Amino acid sequence: MGSILSGAEAASLVRALPGVDAVGLEARAAGLSTRSVKTTSKAQVIDLAISMIDLTTLEGADTPGKVRSLAAKAMRPDGDAPATAAVCVYPSMVAAAKDALQGSEVKVASVATGFPAGQVPLDVRLADTESAVRAGADEIDMVINRGAFLAGDLERVYQEIRAVKAAAGDARLKVILETGELATYDAVRRASWLAMYAGADFIKTSTGKVGVNATLPVTLLMMQAVRDYRAATGVQVGVKPAGGIRNTKDAVKYLVTVNEVLGDDWLSNEWFRFGASSLLNDLLMQRQKLKTGHYSGPDYVTVD
Amino acid sequence: MSEHAERLRVKKTYKLYLGGKFPRSESGRSYPVSSPDGAELANAALASRKDARDAVAAARKAQRPWAGQTAYLRGQILYRAAEMLEGRAGQFAEELADATGADAHDALGTVEAAIDRLVHYAGWTDKYASVLGGANPVAGPYFNHTTPEALGVVAAVAPHDDPLLGLVDAFAPAIAAGNTVVVLASEAKPLPALSLGEVLATSDLPGGVVNLLSGKTAEVAPHLASHADVNGLDLTGVADTALAADLEAAAAQTLKVVRRPGRGADALDLLRQWTEYKTVWHPAGMAAGAGGAY
Repeated sequence: MGSILSGAEAASLVRALPGVDAVGLEARAAGLSTRSVKTTSKAQVIDLAISMIDLTTLEGADTPGKVRSLAAKAMRPDGDAPATAAVCVYPSMVAAAKDALQGSEVKVASVATGFPAGQVPLDVRLADTESAVRAGADEIDMVINRGAFLAGDLERVYQEIRAVKAAAGDARLKVILETGELATYDAVRRASWLAMYAGADFIKTSTGKVGVNATLPVTLLMMQAVRDYRAATGVQVGVKPAGGIRNTKDAVKYLVTVNEVLGDDWLSNEWFRFGASSLLNDLLMQRQKLKTGHYSGPDYVTVD
Repeated sequence: MSEHAERLRVKKTYKLYLGGKFPRSESGRSYPVSSPDGAELANAALASRKDARDAVAAARKAQRPWAGQTAYLRGQILYRAAEMLEGRAGQFAEELADATGADAHDALGTVEAAIDRLVHYAGWTDKYASVLGGANPVAGPYFNHTTPEALGVVAAVAPHDDPLLGLVDAFAPAIAAGNTVVVLASEAKPLPALSLGEVLATSDLPGGVVNLLSGKTAEVAPHLASHADVNGLDLTGVADTALAADLEAAAAQTLKVVRRPGRGADALDLLRQWTEYKTVWHPAGMAAGAGGAY
């Protein structure tokens, strides 16, 4: 269904979406975050969370050496812990990541389209995407044009996502809404649907580069959009909260929410991801705690 | 004329001191604390293993910045704590007398000794490195220096029968040397320790450098002893020898420095206890080869 809509049709469908009950949404998220998981279930949740991480480094100071060490950690985080889902890097580091991850199941995700602001001409964004795919990226994390979205030009945002989707080819496309800049829940709902109509394989909350990153209410709202989108069109889309998820407790809250809102179909790294870097070490420390019976510390996990 | 109603006293809630804040126990529990003659004094928070975990996390977070401060500043802050305690000596003497049954004069003497002890350790902060470390003579064209460095996070079980002075000995030498501490206060007499948290909180001491827990030694201490992110363990206040042996065995699993119960409390010994030594060799190079002046 997504592929047959014109920009004007998509925009009018999105504009017709109902408003979000903010109080109800936040209360629901708060209720879900009181759940707690213990012992063997906790061990399973931790391993599941590890397998859903897009281990990320997006710094100006990234070097091929840093990407190699991140890739080594992604493939074998700690003892018998599972590998992470992917390594997420800038386009210039894709080749290094691809090389380091050869022969493993770990995917290479690349941010593209003028990440994080996306304030460059469309042809530059498309060239950025194509070069990341050429270098071997399995997944592309694009940013939407927030300037156009906030100015009300939904058609343009839609057409740009479509163009990036075409440029990404076989690579799975994650569309970053940058919810911290969208200001309202209503806008997040509209952006989610617009991205899905345009062919997103994943919708992702944030770049991690602005003040407000992933929050549970926003992610819950996006999960509801994904659920309703599948009910309406039969197409399943993944969700990726990113930024600000630092410890096991947070990760458990998100997974509880996935289970309650989306169910089993989304409880794998095919359909749910965490964009994070420091989260992995906390999960590993919690894992060690369950294994040894005593609290672990940062000296017992690798320095990123 | 009707009888004058007696004013109800506002009673203090004794809470933990954790990361610079005063939370209740995460478990929501508390326990009654009474004086030796059985009069109920107050309820104190009954810390759980998760409070201990949070305390260690707060101490770890505070450790590097604290060790990175100049020795002079650490001394100033300890001295400031002594000033704050001096101003509240009357209150502490009263709390101590209630807790231990000591008479008012003796209690004030103990508070004054605690103040003097803080000043003593304040003085040591910029001197112990020279006493414990220095330049070593070596047979080669090298400079060789030994400097004491902070161990990291120290967990201490404070003495049971000496709730104020013993507590100062449990944390002051450790923080003077750049460590951060988690102290389990006297189980039966925790109130003076918990009040001391208020003194430390108003002494420019960064949050997390000293964390105070009140609760059952047998419940909380094993989790501190086995915690992989604790580097030193002070068992001074563990009266039960079997428990002390278990705690020492648990501490050995993660190679902690352990101070056994009943050891002397010479100030320099205590500073040395929570210190490790770093020795560096540096080529003296052309300057020394040519008979240079340094």
